[in-house]
Amino acid sequence: MLGQRIARHGLTILATALVGGLLAAALVRFAPGFDTDEAQLDPHLNSASIQALRQSRMEQNNIVRFYFHSLQRAFKGDLGTSISLGQPVSTLLRDRTPLTLRLVGIGLLLSWAATLALALSAAWLRVSAYDALSTIISGTLLCIPAAVLALLSVLWNVPGALAIALIIFPRDYRYARNLLAKAYSQPHIVTARAKGLSELRILFWHVVPVVAPQLLALGGVSVSLAIGAAIPVEALCGLAGVGQLAWQAALARDLPLLMNITIMVTLVTLLATSSADVIGHVLRGQEA
Amino acid sequence: MSVWRRVACAVLLLVAGLSLAANVLAPAGYAKQYREAADSGPSSAHWLGTDEIGRDRFARVLYGTRISLLLAPAAALLSTLMAALVGGLAGYLGGGWARGAMAITDLFLSLPWLFLLITVRALMPLNVSPLVSVLVTFLMLGLLGWTSAARVLCASAGSLRDSDFVRQARASGVRGARLFWIHVMPNLKPVLYAQFWISIPAFILSEANLGILGLGVAEPMPSWGSLLKELEGLVSVGSEPWKFVPLILLAVVVTSFQIVMSKQEEVAA
Repeated sequence: MLGQRIARHGLTILATALVGGLLAAALVRFAPGFDTDEAQLDPHLNSASIQALRQSRMEQNNIVRFYFHSLQRAFKGDLGTSISLGQPVSTLLRDRTPLTLRLVGIGLLLSWAATLALALSAAWLRVSAYDALSTIISGTLLCIPAAVLALLSVLWNVPGALAIALIIFPRDYRYARNLLAKAYSQPHIVTARAKGLSELRILFWHVVPVVAPQLLALGGVSVSLAIGAAIPVEALCGLAGVGQLAWQAALARDLPLLMNITIMVTLVTLLATSSADVIGHVLRGQEA
Repeated sequence: MSVWRRVACAVLLLVAGLSLAANVLAPAGYAKQYREAADSGPSSAHWLGTDEIGRDRFARVLYGTRISLLLAPAAALLSTLMAALVGGLAGYLGGGWARGAMAITDLFLSLPWLFLLITVRALMPLNVSPLVSVLVTFLMLGLLGWTSAARVLCASAGSLRDSDFVRQARASGVRGARLFWIHVMPNLKPVLYAQFWISIPAFILSEANLGILGLGVAEPMPSWGSLLKELEGLVSVGSEPWKFVPLILLAVVVTSFQIVMSKQEEVAA
């Protein structure tokens, strides 16, 4: 059962990579301006060189051929060359990924620490004023665009990871709090309380095990949120990560680079959500 | 209706009313430059000061609010209609159709929203006229924002397909498009309505993010995104507090939408 689930997720990731790649290739091919190349305007090039450039563009006209050619090269580790930066895409990704992973990782840790601390304490204390205060804080953060939070973090000299945490915290908190509130309203909790069990015991023995699979699923989704938040944070805080690279590629219409980043990010988020689903399945199995 | 929802509705109506009256309140328009008073603070002539090329910030806030408040609901309407068509139809047809449609929505949903937006935005020409940039930005939001709503609608339509009244209609000889439009779609209205309301603040915030990143509405056309881009040049938070007016306005409007739609979210879930 578990093996089947893992295999299904593996197939989904593979299919997404292949279909996403084809879609990306088609979008790049049909994007306005694909047929033109600035290099063709270079006065230093002779007619033979210009003809060769045109010929290379012509070869990319067939999407299927273009896609399989890109796929073939990707398997060999060649993801093409960035038009705007003039460097191999694989080198750019290798250089920038560690910073983004660190930023997203710390951001997620901070966000989840705050989410669990606030949601659990609100559920445990059950003081309406405390609950209202935490809801107002998360609600306010939810109404501020991620890019503004990134700008404010620059103004206040706050680390980028904290900005990412502030962007994803309200989304995580809202769901975590609702999940805990729903779990607390279940009959077995009322029974446990009537039997005189301490609040701490109820929380860790009867509430957390019930909500753990859903919290894990939320954790998987928050990876996607954190990667999305990395774009404005890295772009506006001047951090040379994958988010900033994607932004620069978008501004320069460097489509091959942008498509590679997009596919990589899609695979990472799929891996995160699939892992959360498999772990949640294992937890549910143990509970049963 | 609770007091808070009434207040939120009143705030939205007030802001919408003020933005629609922009021609009267700021007749000089959003693009007129007062070069002699560039980058000035609030005064009787310019209530919120001027930007770095001397344009009246108050006028720009009013016109920007109009654009964001008119086009975000338009984009939400487009995405809701697309979700109804794709999700509703897939759920109604069921089987392979539903699985195929959901696989496509999963593909879209597996990509972080902002990544998807900047990727698609980059596929289109960036050097376009301001009006085209407005249309492209909000059209893109509408055309890409339907996936999560489609999931909900597919599930709702799927449950309606097996409901008693649809079976009865089918037994009475009602088939195909008529069954879908007359019997299934009207029952999806509450979910559609909820998805529409949920999408508006999400699109307002997305436009703001795109605008700050320079991938949204092009100058000189104002929008909340392009107005918030001004915060990039701030030295400290307290130095020019009037530059935060667009942010405060956006937060108030988004909060008001959240309060108004608080009941709708339960329907959508």
